[in-house]
Amino acid sequence: MALYVLRRLGLFAVGLFITSIIVFVVLRVLPGDVAQVIGGIKATPEQVADIRVRYGLDQPLIVQYFDWFGGLLHGDLGRSLITNSPIQNELAEKLAVTLPLCVLGIVVAVVIGIPLGVYAALRHDTRFGQLVGYIAQAAAAVPVLWTGLLLILLVGKGVGLVSILPSQGFPLDGWAEPGKAIAALILPALTIGIVEGAALLRFTRSAVLDAMGQDYIRTAMSRGLTHTQAVLQHGVPNASLSVLSVIGLQIASLIGGTVVIETLFALPGLGSKLVTDVGNRDLISVQGTIVVLTALVLFIGLAIDIAHRVIDPRQRRVTS
Amino acid sequence: MTSQRALAVSYRPERSRARRTLVPAWLSRTWRRPHGAFGLVVVSIVLLAAAVSLFWTPFPLLQANTDQGWLPPSPQHLLGTDQIGRDTFSWLLAGSRTTVLVAAAATALAAVIGILLGTVSASLAPRLAEPIVVLVDIVVAFPVLLIAMLLATTFGGSILVVWVAVGIGAGVNLARIVRSEITRINASDYILASRAAGTGSFSRLLQHVLPNVAPLLAVQLSVTAGVAILAESGLTFLGYGASTTEASWGRVLADAQKYISVAPASVIWPGIVIGLTVLAINLLGDAIGEALDPRLQSGGKTDGD
Repeated sequence: MALYVLRRLGLFAVGLFITSIIVFVVLRVLPGDVAQVIGGIKATPEQVADIRVRYGLDQPLIVQYFDWFGGLLHGDLGRSLITNSPIQNELAEKLAVTLPLCVLGIVVAVVIGIPLGVYAALRHDTRFGQLVGYIAQAAAAVPVLWTGLLLILLVGKGVGLVSILPSQGFPLDGWAEPGKAIAALILPALTIGIVEGAALLRFTRSAVLDAMGQDYIRTAMSRGLTHTQAVLQHGVPNASLSVLSVIGLQIASLIGGTVVIETLFALPGLGSKLVTDVGNRDLISVQGTIVVLTALVLFIGLAIDIAHRVIDPRQRRVTS
Repeated sequence: MTSQRALAVSYRPERSRARRTLVPAWLSRTWRRPHGAFGLVVVSIVLLAAAVSLFWTPFPLLQANTDQGWLPPSPQHLLGTDQIGRDTFSWLLAGSRTTVLVAAAATALAAVIGILLGTVSASLAPRLAEPIVVLVDIVVAFPVLLIAMLLATTFGGSILVVWVAVGIGAGVNLARIVRSEITRINASDYILASRAAGTGSFSRLLQHVLPNVAPLLAVQLSVTAGVAILAESGLTFLGYGASTTEASWGRVLADAQKYISVAPASVIWPGIVIGLTVLAINLLGDAIGEALDPRLQSGGKTDGD
């Protein structure tokens, strides 16, 4: 077990290293002059030369990379080319919006997806059970943007049929007034919840259906449980392990996936910051943000793998 | 042993009938499933629309007519007009071209990456395969949207960025799935049987392994096509996909979003078109997967999902 964790941690470190190389290289494959891009078209040759020295762009790429990577190791992501403030500070500030949004979204997804998924599996031979499955499949097939727009048209302030919830922006003073901040997050979180919930529903349904076909359900029924009881007491716990890792993967994908939602609802989170940075070609900021986001995804993968080892006794035996 | 031999035979996809008829057997089996028929019909309509739009749209795409903005649906403008009087139906018709192109190109790229990396990493000795596996695991951690934004920072946004980002993102995912499926198949009795019969490893791959991966590939590739269509709409909305004069479904949706307070109903159409198409592709993929699955062939009952 300890050996497995060590090996997995080693892979995580290798993963971070390679991620940083990929990001750095992709952002510099163009032969164009980065200093010129930063300075803009109107910059004089002296200004461009000045920028080149200031950002260390006159150094060979390999030196630039290790400068940046060395900073990464002790949490220094460099300074934004546009605002000149430290990128880690900007990230922390934006996370105050994105993190609560992701958490709320996942909570909604779990509340929608798991009970309905179990229901759809238990009643898979009835009309209504099938209908639930079809609705989930349709909900997973439309653009996130569209789901958000329909919610705005339904309950958004100003344009909605029932105008009750704010559909644009976030309080300027952030979380100073928690009520207002949460109100601003309700519609975006519902959008995430519906989209991810539909995917979770379908997965839960097939995981429980799968468990329903197993012998231990028949054994439990032969001990006098009804079919529903047997599935709920034995099938669902068995299905829960794979459902848990799907939730983990969904959290991971949300970390990058809130971009569209934050832009639609005009939330000042990580996603909309990234959109602005890409538009400004703020290389340093983009590479810092993407490396941090990808590192989070890798970390969640690590956590899921280790959790599986700890929870599932069958897996432990296989490796030792 | 005899039962295992029988199993080995039944696991081989049936080919004889396919040669004799005009329609391949798996296609007619797909058609016979309700969700397969629905998928085939909708996908055919989209392909037809894309072909027709090459020669004809009811109105020229860029013909603006500012005094005819936001016309409601009418016999002349089937789905009404947009803010500057351009015909929405024409834009959706022409947009199907972009959709078909992006979906097909991204799926093809993903298939090449996925099958190649998956097969190679499953066939090589573990020590040689390890670097590929680790690299694939790392690239999998990049969400498709982030790959696209990374590319857009360097190359600027375009449909090309959507294509490459989805192709790579879905491709590495596929590589993982293909690898574990091949590993599973390689451990099965019928592969052992074919190995014992002296089949070369390459022809074994073509004859026995890949046909058994095919059902899974059909499902995964249809998911990829759907992801490509959805990614196009998302990235175009963010400004990194289709340009403002390029007809695409994402473009129509993104434009309608800007005017949601003026003409709320106009966001409905592109969403329905995109949703129906993605749903149809996914259902078609499921149905083809079932039709190709050798285990479901000999009169086996299917569960409907």
